[in-house]
Amino acid sequence: MTNDTLKETPLIKAHQKMGAKLVDFGGWNMPIHYGSQIDEHHQVRNDAGMFDVCHMTIVDLRGCEVIAYLAKLLANDVAKIADKPGKALYSCMLNNSGGVIDDLIIYSMEPAWVRVIVNSSTREKDIAWMRTQIGTMAVDLNERDDLAMIAVQGPNARTLAAQALGDDIAGAYELKPFNALLINAGADNERFVARTGYTGEDGYEIVCANDQAETMWNQLADAGVKPCGLGARDTLRLEAGMNLYGNDMDENQSPLESGLSWTVDFSNEQRQFNGREALEKQKEQGLNYKFVGLILKGKGVLRAHQKVLLEVAVDGSKEGELTSGSFSPTMQQAIGFARVSLETGDTCLVEIRKKQLAAQVVKLPFVRQGKILVE
Amino acid sequence: MSDIPQELKYTASHEWVRAEDDGTLTVGITEHAQGLLGDMVFVELPDVGDDFEAEQDCAVVESVKAASDIYCPIEGQIVAVNEELEDSPEQINVNAYHEGWIFRIQPVNDSHIDELMGPDEYAELVESESH
Repeated sequence: MTNDTLKETPLIKAHQKMGAKLVDFGGWNMPIHYGSQIDEHHQVRNDAGMFDVCHMTIVDLRGCEVIAYLAKLLANDVAKIADKPGKALYSCMLNNSGGVIDDLIIYSMEPAWVRVIVNSSTREKDIAWMRTQIGTMAVDLNERDDLAMIAVQGPNARTLAAQALGDDIAGAYELKPFNALLINAGADNERFVARTGYTGEDGYEIVCANDQAETMWNQLADAGVKPCGLGARDTLRLEAGMNLYGNDMDENQSPLESGLSWTVDFSNEQRQFNGREALEKQKEQGLNYKFVGLILKGKGVLRAHQKVLLEVAVDGSKEGELTSGSFSPTMQQAIGFARVSLETGDTCLVEIRKKQLAAQVVKLPFVRQGKILVE
Repeated sequence: MSDIPQELKYTASHEWVRAEDDGTLTVGITEHAQGLLGDMVFVELPDVGDDFEAEQDCAVVESVKAASDIYCPIEGQIVAVNEELEDSPEQINVNAYHEGWIFRIQPVNDSHIDELMGPDEYAELVESESH
């Protein structure tokens, strides 16, 4: 594929100027790093970094039946945030067999307005599914191609963003974690600022009009926020124990076997969300796998699709598999997520190039807010 | 444009080969290859004494991003490996053509080295792959 056919974000020129190594990322020409992926990772853990996340899909849902619509569409319960303006909720969107169509974040903005951010690689199927699920409900779906998004992450991210962006994000500093605010609504410098992210650090995801993204990016850079590529974004989210759609779960996997049980809310028995019946049946029959973190004990690197075996074979036990893996710059060890048999104890074996290497089984996450949480 | 030293030979799989005075060949990966792979975090070296055929995989370098096989450029026996890479794989990023060497082989037949690419031919390959 030549570069001409790749989609570009409004920040493409800024990336080129900053020496980004650009790669084809699901059809988008995106920065993988600006020199060193590991340096960028540490930059976010120790100070502040920014990511171009314009490729992600922003969808606005408006109408008086939005909450009822989301109550059926999502596995997590929108009621938790329905009457709390600005509050965010992470959820899976399931198909009727309980498989994961996508994971997403919703922000409850007004009684009849919820903003949804879904993945870029799943944009078309997500929108199609969301549209068919509307049926006759009073819900209007608007894909916001006119908006850009920059994630500013790290312990100093909020302070530096305040310095860099001033009145454009006035009031953002007071946001509580997992809350969002619409600032300068209707004006040219309208900003949607959410205190959310995909790194395990504090920070914002800031949405602005496409034509203002480059200016905002440069203002942040001038304040000392370093550009970081999708490479660092992946190792940061892995350390933070955050799932990646397509790796850690997909339409053939249940959220209950993907480390996402905490996002599936069965508590309201009246709420018949898509996939509920299938998941309840699954629970009744018993799960086959558990989803865990792995740390390779010796040298090497964990990667998705490596086989995971019990140290001592048990009859009839299922073979496990890494769903994500890489090298953790914070821990200086290989780490990963795996779907493993229920018999798996504190250690297991990972097959790497025909060798079986010992790995420690841990609870996720590995790292949050700069601190290593596993022993 | 990547750094492609004139005195070296190259392979289509992005190894560089230096002919040493004692008849052995030193092998590493090119500046272009290390740039594509990014920060190195692990190197699996062959054992000294192992025999490999041309184009047989004989080592692995892993960056944060991906694992990549290293192929033996011509048939021969491993006579030395760069053990420092086991603790400092980033030497490949820092200096791919010197401190980042991976292994040294004694070729079965010296003349096979002529079949490898010269610097101009390799530069063309890199150029064509980046479009």
